Amino acid sequence: MGTNDQISRQSGSDGLDELVGEAQRGDRTAFEELVRRTYVDTYTLAMRLTGNEEDARDVVQEAYLRAWKGIRRFRGDSAFTTWMYRITANASYTLVERRRRRRTTQLDDVDDPIDRRLDAQPDRLAESSAGLEHLSAALDQLPPSLRTLVILKDVYGLSHEAIAEELGISVAAAKVRLHRGRKRLRNLLDASEAQDGTRRSARAV
Amino acid sequence: MRCDDVALLLPEAVDGDTPVALPVQRHVETCLRCQAELARYRRMLRGLQMLRTQYLEPAPGVLSQTLAAIGEASEKRAIRSLLSGRRLAYVGAVGGALAAAGATTAAAVLLARARARRAALAAH
Repeated sequence: MGTNDQISRQSGSDGLDELVGEAQRGDRTAFEELVRRTYVDTYTLAMRLTGNEEDARDVVQEAYLRAWKGIRRFRGDSAFTTWMYRITANASYTLVERRRRRRTTQLDDVDDPIDRRLDAQPDRLAESSAGLEHLSAALDQLPPSLRTLVILKDVYGLSHEAIAEELGISVAAAKVRLHRGRKRLRNLLDASEAQDGTRRSARAV
Repeated sequence: MRCDDVALLLPEAVDGDTPVALPVQRHVETCLRCQAELARYRRMLRGLQMLRTQYLEPAPGVLSQTLAAIGEASEKRAIRSLLSGRRLAYVGAVGGALAAAGATTAAAVLLARARARRAALAAH
């Protein structure tokens, strides 16, 4: 398992533009190098959106396949990583929707989500503060449609317009979901802090 | 304006993207409860922004499987483009041959008609 620092270095954006240019001219090796440099970032987003490793793996693969097929259409208006966030969000949405439709007929086929809370994976995000731990755990408890909005807007900084386009919803709907997501997240954080306070008081007695 | 009304607007107003109505602004400026509420939302937002740099370590095999899938897709694309190129050449060759055959037949028919016309004139 690598540390956050190591992973962060792998995700560095140095030289990405040059690689994008070469990949757009059909250089597969350049595109593969782009994948090597950005896949940790893409995987992290996929994990946060889907909530489990298997789906995240599928989403990452699908996102890079779409990117490779459409790399000539990338105009460079935004960073390559931002373009990848949009593709990943769209791939994740497609996968979740497909799963949701299947779930209506095959209830037994649904896997239990992996517990991604920090206390379940002590070696991940080990340097995070307690506040971030609570936040990450609370985020996981949000319903997927609200979680997606909060992650894409508040964690990854995508615009309402970009999110709406990738998720196939209106900008107004994106804003409403974000509003609800933030509110629900605040309530979850409050409940989690209150629980912690009660535990601390009990220990002190 | 009541605190409960303002509280409903804060989740949207916290990032500064959405313009806040003047009465709401004035209320927050003078209300400690709403200021505290806004501060909590801002803290939450800062925390969310910090998550952006908290990378998760990918499951084993993610990179190799992704690269393999890209390789496979590229090969398929190359084969498809080769086949479509050959198909184009084949269709072109067949078309050319048909056109040549048609032209030859037409020329032969015209020649035969001209001969027949000439023979008929000679007989007269």
